[in-house]
Amino acid sequence: MKQKTFFVFVAPSLLMMLIFIAIPLVSVFIQSFYVTQNVYETVVVETCTPSFPTSICEKTEKTVPLLDENNTPITQTVFVGLDTYRAVLEPEKAVQLIRSGQFFDIFTDIDFYKALRFTLMFTLITLPLVIGVGLLIALTVNNVAQNIKGPVIFISLLPFIITPVIGALSIKWLFIGDGLLTRALESLIGQEIAMFAQGWTIELLMMFYRVWHVAPFAFVIFYAGLQSVNQDTLESAVIDGASRFERVRYVIIPHLMPLIYFIALIHLMDTYRVFEEIIGFSSEAHVISLQWLTFDFLEPDDTGNRAISRASASSMLTMIGIILLLIPVLNRTLRDQKKG
Amino acid sequence: MKKLTVSALLFLGSLSSVAYADCAFENTQEVKMISGSFPAWKAVTQAMAECGNVSSTLDAEFRTKVGAALAAKPSLYHVSGVANGTFVPLLNNGLIRPLDDLVAKYGQQLNANQFIQVDGKVMAIAMMINTQHLMYRQDILDQVGAQVPTTWQEVLTVAEKIQQAGIVQYPLGGTYKTGWNLAMEFINMYMGFGTSLFDGNQPNVNNEAGINTLKLMKQLTEYMDPEYLISDSTFVQKQLQQGTIAMANLWATRATAMDNKEESQVVGKVYMAAAPKSIPDGHPASTMWWDGITIATNITDQEAENAFKVALEGLDEQMVQANTDAAIWLIKGYKPTRLSNGAIENAVNRTPSYPLTANVGLIHTALGKNISDYLTGQKTAEETLKAVEEDYLSTAKESGLL
Repeated sequence: MKQKTFFVFVAPSLLMMLIFIAIPLVSVFIQSFYVTQNVYETVVVETCTPSFPTSICEKTEKTVPLLDENNTPITQTVFVGLDTYRAVLEPEKAVQLIRSGQFFDIFTDIDFYKALRFTLMFTLITLPLVIGVGLLIALTVNNVAQNIKGPVIFISLLPFIITPVIGALSIKWLFIGDGLLTRALESLIGQEIAMFAQGWTIELLMMFYRVWHVAPFAFVIFYAGLQSVNQDTLESAVIDGASRFERVRYVIIPHLMPLIYFIALIHLMDTYRVFEEIIGFSSEAHVISLQWLTFDFLEPDDTGNRAISRASASSMLTMIGIILLLIPVLNRTLRDQKKG
Repeated sequence: MKKLTVSALLFLGSLSSVAYADCAFENTQEVKMISGSFPAWKAVTQAMAECGNVSSTLDAEFRTKVGAALAAKPSLYHVSGVANGTFVPLLNNGLIRPLDDLVAKYGQQLNANQFIQVDGKVMAIAMMINTQHLMYRQDILDQVGAQVPTTWQEVLTVAEKIQQAGIVQYPLGGTYKTGWNLAMEFINMYMGFGTSLFDGNQPNVNNEAGINTLKLMKQLTEYMDPEYLISDSTFVQKQLQQGTIAMANLWATRATAMDNKEESQVVGKVYMAAAPKSIPDGHPASTMWWDGITIATNITDQEAENAFKVALEGLDEQMVQANTDAAIWLIKGYKPTRLSNGAIENAVNRTPSYPLTANVGLIHTALGKNISDYLTGQKTAEETLKAVEEDYLSTAKESGLL
C-alpha cells in the first residue's frame, strides 16, 4: 500500500486515539502531581437542627471553606511532586512492616498492596483457565455433528453477551444466604452455607464467574483457528499412530499458538482492570482490586469530598502495572513474528 | 362538530381545575426540583405538582449530582431536597440561599422546629426526621420472657435467650454492609459512649470507647446472619418482614414496611422502641437525621420566591394527612402512630443529631473502609482504629482541611 493511502486510512482512528486516549492520559498524569484544595477557615457556628419537641441548637467550632465575592469557594492548586504516589504506595509503612518481619501484613494493612495481591492473583489464575476452557469448548464444538453446530455455538456464546455487572449480580443472588442455589445446596448436604461470609469463597466465585464469562470469547477465536488446521498434517499424524492427545499437543496447539498469545494479551489487559466483580459481589470488605481503588478515591463521600489526585496516581500505577504484565507476552509475539 | 369541540374544551377545563384543586394558587412559572427517591419525597413532590408546572427528579444517586447541578449558572434546579449530610457541601459552597425573608412572608404554617438555622439564618426547612431505632418482635420477647432491651448489653442477653430457644434463624439483624452503613453503626455506638469523633480537626477514635464499640459490634455479629457484611437496610427490612430475625436497629423510614400486608409476614407483630444505649446512663446510641428543602442561590430572587411558595404547598397539612405513614413528619397535622414510637423516644431522650461538618464525611468514609478488617479478623481493634485515623489524616491533608 502506498504510504499516503495508508495514512488516509488510519488518520481518523489516530485522531480519535489522540483525543480520547492520549490527551486524557496526559492530563491524568499531570493531575497526579498536583493537589487542588479549598482554602478553609475555622469559625464558631451555631446550628439548629430539628428534633421533637424542639430543635437541638449547639455552638461548635467548624472548618468551612472560604468563599470569594462571587460566592464560589476559593481553591488553590499546589505542586506536590511524588507525594500523592507516596500516599497511595505508603513506602514507609511497607518498609517498617518488612523490617519487623511481618511481610505478609503488607497485603492486609495497605490498600494498594491488598488490591495488587488480589488483582495479580485473579489475573494469573484465570488466564490459563480461560485459555484451557476456551480450547476445550472449541475442540468439542468442532467435533459435534454438523446439524447441531449452530445452536451449540449460540449457547456457548451466551455468557459472553451478558453485561458483566448484571452477570455478577445474578451469580451473587443465586449464591447469597437465602439464594436459590444456596438453599438447594443446603437441603442437599444438610449444612448451612454462607458463600459471602469469608474472603476466599468470594474470590472463588469471582474467578468462576470470570472464566464462565470470558471463556466463550477464547472459544470463538480458537474455533476460527481450528478451521484452518492443515488436514494433511493431521492425517499423517493419525497414520504415524499419534493418539488424540498427541495430535492436539503437537499439531493443533502449535498451529493455534499465535491465537493463544492474542487471547493472553487481551485477557491480561482486561482482567488487570477487574472491577465489575467487586461491585457485583459487594466484596469490598474482603477483597478489593486496583481499579476499584481508583473508583473509591473518585467517589464523593456524603459531604462531597473526593480524592482526585490519589485517584490519578492510582490509575497511573494501574497503567504501569498493565504495561509490565504485557511486556513478556508482547516480546514473545514479536520474536515469533520475526522468526516467521 | 363545533359543539363537540366546545364541550371537549369544557371537559378538559374542568379536569385541570380538579387537578389544581389542592393547591392554593395556580403556578405559572416552571419550578424544578431534585431530591432523593424514597416515599416521603414522592408524597411531597406529588403535592407540589398539584400547583402545575413542577418537574421533579427523584434520584437515588442524588447526592453525587446535586452539587454540580446547583453550581451551574443559572442553577439546574430551583428546589433541592436534602438531608443532614448532603446539606453540608451545598452550604459550604454557597449554593443555597438564606430563607428568612421568605419564611417571614409565607411561612406562617411552619413549626419552629422545622427551621435549620446556621448562625441565626434559616438555610433549610425540614419536613421529617429519620433515625435508627430498635424494631423488635413483641411475640418472640414474650415467648422467652424478656423485657424490651434498653442497652446493647441487654440486647446481647436477650439475643442469647432467643438463640437458645431457637425460635428464629438469627436473633439479630443489622445494617453492617461495608462502607457507609457499617460506619454509621460505629458512629451511632461510639457517640453513645458520650465521646466525640474529633479533637479539633484531629481524629479521635483510637481510644477506649472506640475499642469498646468495635468489641460490641463483633459480639453482636455473632447473633447475625454470617453474611452481615453485605446486609444493607433493605436486606434487614426483608429479614424482619420474613420473620428470620427477632430484633434490629433500623431506620424509621422502614417501619411502615413491617405492616405492609403485601410484603410482610409479621403484620402487627413488630414494635418500635428507642435505640439501645451504649452505656446505661447515656443517650440512645443513634443519631437524628432530617430531610428538608433548600432553595438554590444561582436563580433570580423572583424565581426563588415562586419556588418557595410551591415547595410550601408540598409541605402542607393536606399532604401529611394523605401520607401519615410515609415518614415521621415535623409538619402540623401529623399524628404519631404505633410505628413512630421508636423515633419519638429517640428524640425525647436527647439523641444527638448527625454532625453537620465536612470532616465527618471524611471519618465516615475512613471508618466504612476499615472496620470490616476487624470484623473479619484481619486486624486487631487498635490496628483498625489506627488505620482509620491514618486514612482520615491523609484524605484531610489532600482536601486541605489540615
